[in-house]
Formats: sequence, structure tokens, C-alpha cells
Amino acid sequence: MYLDNSATTQVSEEVLNEMKPYFRKEFGNPSTLYSIGRSSKNALDQSRQKVADAINANPDEIIFTSGGSESDNLAIKGLAFKLRKKGNHIITSNIEHPAVKNTLKFLENLDYNVSYLPVDENGIIKIEDLKNAITDDTILITIMHANNEIGTIQPIEEIGKIARENNIIFHTDAVQSFGKIDVDVEKLNVDLLSLSSHKINGPKGVGALYIKKGIRLEPLIHGGGQEKGIRSGTENVPGIVGFAKACEIVSKNLDKNYKKLSSIRDELIDKVLSTIPESYLNGDRNRRLPNVVNFRFKAIEGESLILLLDAKGYQASTGSACSSNTLEASPVLTALGLDPVDVHGSLRISLSPESEEFNIDEFVEIISDVVSRLREMSPLWNEDTDYEGIMCSQHSDGCRRC
Amino acid sequence: MDVGDVNMDYSEKVMDHFANPRNCRKIEDADGVGTVGNPTCGDLMTIYIKVDDDKITDISFQTFGCGAAIATSSMITEIAVGKTIDEALNITRNDVANELDGLPPIKMHCSNLAADGLRAAIEDYQNKNH
Repeated sequence: MYLDNSATTQVSEEVLNEMKPYFRKEFGNPSTLYSIGRSSKNALDQSRQKVADAINANPDEIIFTSGGSESDNLAIKGLAFKLRKKGNHIITSNIEHPAVKNTLKFLENLDYNVSYLPVDENGIIKIEDLKNAITDDTILITIMHANNEIGTIQPIEEIGKIARENNIIFHTDAVQSFGKIDVDVEKLNVDLLSLSSHKINGPKGVGALYIKKGIRLEPLIHGGGQEKGIRSGTENVPGIVGFAKACEIVSKNLDKNYKKLSSIRDELIDKVLSTIPESYLNGDRNRRLPNVVNFRFKAIEGESLILLLDAKGYQASTGSACSSNTLEASPVLTALGLDPVDVHGSLRISLSPESEEFNIDEFVEIISDVVSRLREMSPLWNEDTDYEGIMCSQHSDGCRRC
Repeated sequence: MDVGDVNMDYSEKVMDHFANPRNCRKIEDADGVGTVGNPTCGDLMTIYIKVDDDKITDISFQTFGCGAAIATSSMITEIAVGKTIDEALNITRNDVANELDGLPPIKMHCSNLAADGLRAAIEDYQNKNH
């Protein structure tokens, strides 16, 4: 059972079928004038309309990109470069996806100033902090719609309102929220919004950036002038067609899926917390996506948990440092103010509409067994253990995980 | 438990020792106990030894940590049992990794603590007996 749909999703049959003709039969370059080129251009236009419809935008406000990361990069760097003369200050939160966080780190090297708003213990920013952070130099606010690890939802409408009042451009990364909850650019008061295809049962390597009419960005990819010159390069027509189909499907099923997934989510939370001692939910209980749950279990480490769950046929993920390429514990969970030891014991479960067949009782029993098993092995579960001050030479200040 | 094909980064031996750890228990009347690691970093390992006539007659562990941390703990109990104190002190981190048919490079540094844990247990034994 695949329970890591925040990482990526399976391309649906309908999406795949929609894409198929554009690999061989309709392979034309949309920029050409003969019939197969025009046919690709038509497909591109229709796809743009579908994506725009899904977020209540106009088609000429949609720029296709290679995915969520590129959309975030284009929004942030494109805007920062364009408005460099106006100001150099950007406001964000301290739980952003690396595509936003590391883009801002890059801009800091170019003498932009970035304010990182803290989140409360439930993973939500405080509006007062945002108001206080605004300066005359602020050119951009970029705050994610829903968090990729804990699924919490930020008060985007309110943030957008404040941005408008202060004449500041507002970008949101809606990669995780899109297709799970209503994403309407008008209601959300956003100027720039990032989307990704592979999180909604579309193909990988495609995404879009919504750019509100009138907002200008400096392009990052120069070339033949495709996508109104904002993103050059021959369009990924099969990918875009698949993405558009996926948008159409998630929009149509939004309410139905919300009800279905949130009921599975709530049952899962209740059963895990009541069955497993010293288990906790990470992130706000209510202001969260219908499909994302993040738990933490005292005294165990996440990589071990993931491996044992995988052996039982369940694929999920963890914020433990031991499972990451950088050996860095999840900055998102750390930002919630959790004890670093507890961050290691986190488990993210992300559902998809196919999770209907998911047997919650069986799964909870398996997590419970696996957690007990690891706790039996763990010296931390033994109350007598005093681990204060224990530091081997490899876990000194130089340790990349400390 | 069959976890052989779960993680391609770990050898079959690592996965076997992780999924079926040997000697994972506490020895209540241990002659030496050593704890290494740091739970903040994700690994904490306690090694227990019983010593008779300068030989390690029983050895066990308790570990909080990733697959590699658990597997190396398990492996060192197999390597060290029956060895004299001097022989046991010569067991290196590389010996443990080699016996497990290697560890992913990223884990060599952080999770390969078992040799240090054994050394700490032996030091504890020596301190108590001198």
C-alpha cells in the first residue's frame, strides 16, 4: 500500500491515455505553422484553459514550467530581479519547501534580505509577525499554502489581503494544496502561485506558474521566446496535456475526495493516538490537508520505522535525519519547537483518492507492532536511561546532524 | 521477517541483522556497560558485557537508531563473544562494516558506533575491576 502521495503519485489511466497521442502521432512543435504543429498548439491552448479553470484564472495568466521547483524559482527570482530597484526585502516562513527556502538563500548571497517568520507549535504563522516584518523595502511575500510534511494550511487569504494593502507582491507555493482543497487565485488574493503535476496523478516534469495579469517577471530561461518569453524552450506537450487532464479530474472530484480522504485521515489519527502510547500528531489537528498526517512516536527512529513498515507492504516517509541525503533532521518539524530526539521518530502518511481500500485497523495494528518492536530495542524507552551528556567523538559539534 | 529486498542501499546482511537482531536485550548483572552516540543525532547505543577469566562470555545491546545502527550493534555481539578483552579492544569500526558486507558511505560516519560502544563497555568493566 503506497502511503507517500505527498512525495509523488501514480499517473492515472485517464491521464496516460490523454497523453499518448502526443508522443508519436501529434508530435509537432507548437511554434510551427503546418498542421501537426497547429494541432500541438491547439492542445497547448486547451490545456492552458483547463489549468486556468482549475484555479479560477485566465489562460493568459498560466505559464507552463518543468514543475513546482521551477515555478517557485521563477516566481521568486523572476520577481526579485525585476523589482531589484524598488527594494530588496522578502518575507517568508521558516517551514517552506526547499525550492523556496534555497532560492531565498541564493538571493541572500546577492544582497537581498529575507525575513523568516516563525510558526507556532501547530505549524501556522502569526499574522501579527507578518505585519511587523513589512518594511518599505519589502517587494515580495512568499508563504506556502499547505506544508509538504505536516499538511498544515496557512491563512493565505488574510496574508494576501495584507500584501495588497501594502502593495507587495504575494506568491504562494500551492503544490501540496492543489487538488486537495479549493485553490482559487481570486479568493486567495495571490499574485503568483506555483503548481505541480505529479502530485495530482499527472506526469512528472510539468508544472505551472500563475502570474496575475500585470505582474512582470524577469525570465530565468532565455531562448526562443515560448510562454510569452517568460519561459523559453519547446513546450513539453504530452506532459502539459497530461497535467491539464489531471487538473480537470481533481477539480471535478474535489468535494467528493475531500470528504472521503478527511474521513480516512480523522479515523487514522484517532486510532493511532488511542492505540499507541506516547504517540502524537504533528501540526494543527483541523487546519490541515485532507490527505496528510504526520505522527511522532517517542524513543524510536524513523528510518527503522520506514524499513519495517515497508517490509509489511506500506510505503511512507519520515523527517528523521537518518533517512535524508543531507543527514539533517526535518527543519519543518524542528520549527514546531519539537525536541530534536522526537523529530527522529516522525512518520508522514499521505493518502490519495485510491486510498479508499486502505484498511485502517490493519495498518494501525502494524504500526503499533513495529513501534513496540523498536521500542523494545531502544535504550530511550527504558526510563532509567540517563542520556544527558553522552556524546561520542563522532557526534560532536562537527556532526552534520547536530 | 523478510526484509531482504527493501532497501537497495543496505546489504542483505545489514537488513538481516536489522530485521532479526541478535542479542538485543539488557543484561541486568552486566560486568561492563557502555553507551555511545547522541539521541539528538538519531543514534544511541548501549552495549552490555559479561566477562569471565578475561573473556567476553556474554554480550548484548539496546539501540535507538537507523537500520545501520541496529545492524552494527547486532553484528558486534556476534564478533565479540568469546574474545579476550585485548582481542575485543582491537575490533574496529571497519571490521564491523566489513562483516556486514559494507555500509552505505553516508552511514559509515554516523551510525557505525558499535566498536565504540564495545570499547566503552570494556572501559567500564576495567574501571570497575581496578
